[in-house]
Amino acid sequence: MIRPGKMIKQVLQSLFMKPATLLYPFKKSPMPEHFRGEIIFHPELCIGCQMCVRDCPSRAIKIKKTEDNKFEAEIDLGKCIYCAQCVMSCPKKALESTKEFELAVLDKSKLKIIFSADPKKSSDSQKTP
Amino acid sequence: MLTDLFHIVIFPGFLFLCASGMTAEYIDRKLYARLQNRMGPPWFQPFADFMKLVSKEDIVPDEANPSMFRAMPIFALTASITAIFYIPLWHVNALYHFNGDLIVTIYLLTIPTLTYFLGGWYSTSLYSKIGAVRSLTQLFAYEVPLLMCILAPALLANTWSLSEMAAFYTNHKWYWAFNMIGFVVSIIALLGKLEKVPFDIPEAETEIVAGTFTEYSGRLLAIFRLSLNIEAITGASLIAAVYLPFGLELPTAAGFAVYLAKLLFIIAIMSLSRTVFARFRMDQMVEFCWKYVSPFAFLQILICLIIKGVWVR
Amino acid sequence: MPPEKGLKMRKVVIPIGPQHPALKEPESFNVTLSGERIMAFSARLGYNHRGIEKACEERTYVQDVYLVERICGICSHTHSTSFTQAVEELAALDVPKRALYIRVIIGELERIHSHLLWLGIAGHEVGFDTLLMYSWRDREVVMDILAELTGNRVNYGINVIGGVKRDLEGHHIKDISKAVDTLEERTKYYIDIATKETTLIQRLSGVGKLPHEDALSLGATGPTARASNVARDIRQDDPYAVYSELGFRIVTDNHNDVYGRTLVRLGELMETYRLIRAAVNNLPEGPIAVKAPRKIPEGEVFSRYEAPRGENVHYIKSNGTDKPERVKVRAPTLANVQTVARMLEDEQLADLPIVIAAIDPCFSCTDRMITVKDPDDSNPRGIIKWDDIRSYSIGLYRSRGVDFSLLNKKLAEKLKC
Repeated sequence: MIRPGKMIKQVLQSLFMKPATLLYPFKKSPMPEHFRGEIIFHPELCIGCQMCVRDCPSRAIKIKKTEDNKFEAEIDLGKCIYCAQCVMSCPKKALESTKEFELAVLDKSKLKIIFSADPKKSSDSQKTP
Repeated sequence: MLTDLFHIVIFPGFLFLCASGMTAEYIDRKLYARLQNRMGPPWFQPFADFMKLVSKEDIVPDEANPSMFRAMPIFALTASITAIFYIPLWHVNALYHFNGDLIVTIYLLTIPTLTYFLGGWYSTSLYSKIGAVRSLTQLFAYEVPLLMCILAPALLANTWSLSEMAAFYTNHKWYWAFNMIGFVVSIIALLGKLEKVPFDIPEAETEIVAGTFTEYSGRLLAIFRLSLNIEAITGASLIAAVYLPFGLELPTAAGFAVYLAKLLFIIAIMSLSRTVFARFRMDQMVEFCWKYVSPFAFLQILICLIIKGVWVR
Repeated sequence: MPPEKGLKMRKVVIPIGPQHPALKEPESFNVTLSGERIMAFSARLGYNHRGIEKACEERTYVQDVYLVERICGICSHTHSTSFTQAVEELAALDVPKRALYIRVIIGELERIHSHLLWLGIAGHEVGFDTLLMYSWRDREVVMDILAELTGNRVNYGINVIGGVKRDLEGHHIKDISKAVDTLEERTKYYIDIATKETTLIQRLSGVGKLPHEDALSLGATGPTARASNVARDIRQDDPYAVYSELGFRIVTDNHNDVYGRTLVRLGELMETYRLIRAAVNNLPEGPIAVKAPRKIPEGEVFSRYEAPRGENVHYIKSNGTDKPERVKVRAPTLANVQTVARMLEDEQLADLPIVIAAIDPCFSCTDRMITVKDPDDSNPRGIIKWDDIRSYSIGLYRSRGVDFSLLNKKLAEKLKC
């Protein structure tokens, strides 16, 4: 049977249901366990093989040698596409995906993040993995 | 003189209508959202939107006729505010009344649609023009059933004055029950007048951007939107006065509460119908109005004539 | 404009796009109207060309998987799967069964989210926003599952050459079956709405007619073709991955209009739930990937995939290095966009958005190439040599008043100074 206003029952029911949407900046839905968010780098694990640099599709990561067996990474979040190929390519698990997804900044220069064993040079010490 | 000024500017004139119009918009949007299982806007959203638009620059297109383009929003606002003075709101008597104010009110409520047409036409944008022509085409479809079905209760009450009609229905309790077909028809017509889904054809955003209002911005758009909100209140008040004429003999405070409840009821019905229907196409809308709505309006007149002939005598 | 002149509203050409609320992507359509009736329609593609094919040639195969995935935001798995399939064929890799099953599961979950998205857009185009809100709310269920399985809501990044990145675990399988149950119930409800809600049917039925013969001659693919009763689906015609083991049934309809396309998509959703259940139940044990070589042997390959919108084609030519020599992508919208002009014959302006939306267009996927027509028709085979293209383009720009040889001279002079 054809009749107009077929959705009326469902629509009235949802008047008494909890809204499906959230008031976003105040309430957030949780990220899944293996979310591919911001990439962080553990300098102590890096062996400087440059595999991540080679495989990055958007050339967002740079690994520099600071001292013998000490490396620092510069990740450009403006370029990063969060594919986590670098995490997969790394033989020593020195790179890791986090659940961090709110990465917008007002200052473009803050998108370049340096992870270094030297805490003075590291620009991302306040963020937790 | 001072009381007249008070009536016009503050209550139930401009300020009261602005406030109630924005509240109506909020209730409509919130209800629409809740019916769609969404959160909906906070209570100050219509006011915030209005303030944002007011603080923005007016842009008049080079091709447009600047005087007509600027004048039309004001005309729309004035007409929809003026209409409220002849409608009995929470008392049997409206603020101003004379025999024939029913026709004046309906006429005043038609002016906003004409201003949408003229405003759209003189914007000279293609989308506006198509929207303008559509709102005029739509006017011919819903205006006739609206007039007919508002005429029917007037025939039964044997007067052309809204206030006298209200008095008649207050004295003859339960007569309003004969006019229920007219109530439904006039709600449909009001949806068309306010250009809401399923009759938002002149503003169909996926086809012609914003229709008439495509070129409008800043204060002029704010006034247009305000006039639409106020038109919703005046239209709903008219329907409430004609079809739901109860509670008018109550003391002022109680009568006012009943009046607000009636408005809320009509606004809720409009939100619901905006939720459960898809937009009509122009030809379907005209066909629907002439084939189904008008005969019902006619039936309403017949019912009233028969009742008048058989019962009231 | 004086009103006397303006009142002659006989024929107007209105632009729909490149920026227009009905289109989510920039693309230009010009519609000639007589009143509300569409007299002529022309489409112009090319506002979204991103040079992805060229970029693919400059990156390694490993990187290209992520790049082709970003061709489309909705059917991203489509592109990465057809790309990896092609590379695996070139490298003669024996991809583990479990990986193929996982690819099918993700691919079908993606189809659910794409079709539910389409349903919402269709509702929006006919002014039925409630349908949009509800179907997108239910789409969140499948988006959440995809995020849980792959780590993101779109651009899943689960494909690697030689298999998949992430395995399905016990709790994932439970979540998938639960989600599929919920969605099946909801889809039944939407089928009910689509076949019974009068105002919706009035807007969909009889609109955008594409008769069976025209669908064949214009080369429509996917649901657009299947709604015109063309039983064509790559999952059955040329089964990739493990579709041949799952038993697949083509959903067709003979309404030939937008209503038919809605029914085909909703019917396909039901078929998809069955496929996912079958794939999850038959999921074999084993490894999820094999090691792929970095350098891919010389050769060329052609890979087909049934995307939610139709047939998706990838062509790869390899020259034995770790970078492809040529990558060519044909997204399904390119095949379907030609049918729009036929569908819009003698329709009304109000039907234009829904007719365009009914092919489920994805213009940025489509914008990838230019077609050069030989004006003299001296080359009947349609193959144009590089020099000819060059001289044609120089001539074309000269006719538009741009002379690159002069500009080059000026530039050279400037550089000398």
